Amino acid sequence: MSRRVSVVSLRGLSKEFSRGGVVALQNIDLEIAPGEFVSLIGPSGCGKSTLLRVIGDLVEPTGGEVVVNGKSARQARLDRDYGIVFQDAVLYDWRTVAKNIALPLEMGGWNRGRRRARVGEMIELVELGGFEGHHPWQLSGGMQQRVSIARALSFDPSLLLMDEPFGALDEMTRERLNMELLRIWERARSTIVFVTHSISEAVFLSTRVVVMSARPGQITGVVEVDLPQPRNAETRGEPRFFELVTEVRERLRAGGLDTAGEGGEEELIAAEEGL
Amino acid sequence: MSTTAPLPVQPIPRGTLGRRVGRSLGDWAPAALVFLLGIAAWEGLVRGLAVERFLLPPLSDILRTLWADRSFFIDAGLFTFKEALGGFVIGSAAGMLVALVLARWRPLGRALMPYAIAANAIPIIAFAPITNNWFGLLNPASKMAIAAVLCFFPVMVNTLRGLTSVPPSSIELMRSYAAGEWEIFRRVRIPNALPYVFTALKVATVLAMIGAIVGDYFGGSQEALGIQIRRFAGIFAFEEAWAAILVASVLGIGFYAAVAIAERLALSWHPSVRGSQE
Ligand SMILES: Nc1ncnc2c1ncn2[C@@H]1O[C@H](COP(=O)(O)OP(=O)(O)OP(=O)(O)O)[C@@H](O)[C@H]1O
Ligand SMILES: [Mg+2]
Repeated sequence: MSRRVSVVSLRGLSKEFSRGGVVALQNIDLEIAPGEFVSLIGPSGCGKSTLLRVIGDLVEPTGGEVVVNGKSARQARLDRDYGIVFQDAVLYDWRTVAKNIALPLEMGGWNRGRRRARVGEMIELVELGGFEGHHPWQLSGGMQQRVSIARALSFDPSLLLMDEPFGALDEMTRERLNMELLRIWERARSTIVFVTHSISEAVFLSTRVVVMSARPGQITGVVEVDLPQPRNAETRGEPRFFELVTEVRERLRAGGLDTAGEGGEEELIAAEEGL
Repeated sequence: MSTTAPLPVQPIPRGTLGRRVGRSLGDWAPAALVFLLGIAAWEGLVRGLAVERFLLPPLSDILRTLWADRSFFIDAGLFTFKEALGGFVIGSAAGMLVALVLARWRPLGRALMPYAIAANAIPIIAFAPITNNWFGLLNPASKMAIAAVLCFFPVMVNTLRGLTSVPPSSIELMRSYAAGEWEIFRRVRIPNALPYVFTALKVATVLAMIGAIVGDYFGGSQEALGIQIRRFAGIFAFEEAWAAILVASVLGIGFYAAVAIAERLALSWHPSVRGSQE
């Protein structure tokens, strides 16, 4: 047991929502080592968002154990060990773009000068210059999503939980932010758990892709991504990249056929078209 | 990053204080026109059709009476306005405080809410003669009490709704920053409740004026506007009665407008406020 402590350790985890009796997660076992970039992929409703919420101690599991950074998920949350990007942006309307990004810094006790400098960097990173004083409802969906990404990155959390962060973005911005995220991840040596519906995005970014199936939400396969680091524009052209994409797709298809989920099938096709 | 692509959308310039509060002349013109037409119609129809004085006197006669006895009417108006304002402040403050307590301790809120809603449906103005007995006929506190109770319920119910109708993910984000209950109140629930609170406060200004004036109708100090309206109507001094009603109306509208302006200043971030500039 004296090997390196996992950043996230899930053992026999399950979550059943009492309302409707939905088994969102069943018997999930997953170890995530420091510095890993793990993608979760699977049909809609298979419990990806729920899994992130359980890791973040925002949802109580009904069974099993969650350990984050060697402590209980609750303690990790209280220690502000992770930053989270929700599936929808979750911005506060009464705060401007700059103040939304500064929120975790305010709560972490950063002084005004450091806050301003960091918010400036983040605004530049997500290309929202000129919109600092705007309110969330004055932004497009993709711009709102970028604010929420900037907010999660602003305080350099060692663990990032990201729920389809690039879902609302155009292809060019998405690819650029993919590269930026990898750069931040390499530089900060952080650990990332990343939910996506795009197989190619999962393979491109990750060190490991975790494939899930729905009803009940289970892990049906794990694909180790042995592409060389750092990833760059050439990565997407390598034969090995295509092999891995095919492997993830096969795993997804196997999971989809097993459960024969109606919604799952559609989502699977959507995920393939995203390629 | 050295490559700064041209912005796809140009930022919208932020409004100045003046623009946030006021509107341009063009926005006001239609309303002003209706106002003038209404006055002209009043004056014209009452004189043209020779409407009896006890039904509705001509506006010009009312204004003349008002001007002739202006210090009397203004003093009476301010006396009653102070009753209304006192009741408004006490009732609204109590409503917000109780809402905070009920939102913070939800089981308590769930236990008390049915009674609050039932109490809200009581015609509270019916208690006016009773509060006169409690505090004394001439004591302004008896009118303030009625106004306060009238204001309390809508402010309490609306504030509670605003404090509790927060999207779950907004709370989850705060919890991910290890925020405690009070910090969530301060940073999320209270700002979220502000639009609800101001809506209720605007209603409360009207209720406070009604409470104070109708409270007067059941007896009170000779200085009060409500007493004077009742007295003038009783002695067939219709111009005087209407002049007093006009004073009450102007005070009521002014009270409402003051809260509406405070709302625009406090909620400058709100889509309903910012949106009206464009
Ligand atoms: N608060 C909740 N109460 C009841 N059921 C819930 C709740 N949250 C999620 N569920 C259920 O749990 C299951 C998993 O939901 P979850 O949001 O984790 O899926 P997901 O994999 O993120 O889907 P998507 O890809 O569409 O975002 C769904 O069947 C959903 O109906
Ligand atoms: Mg989801």
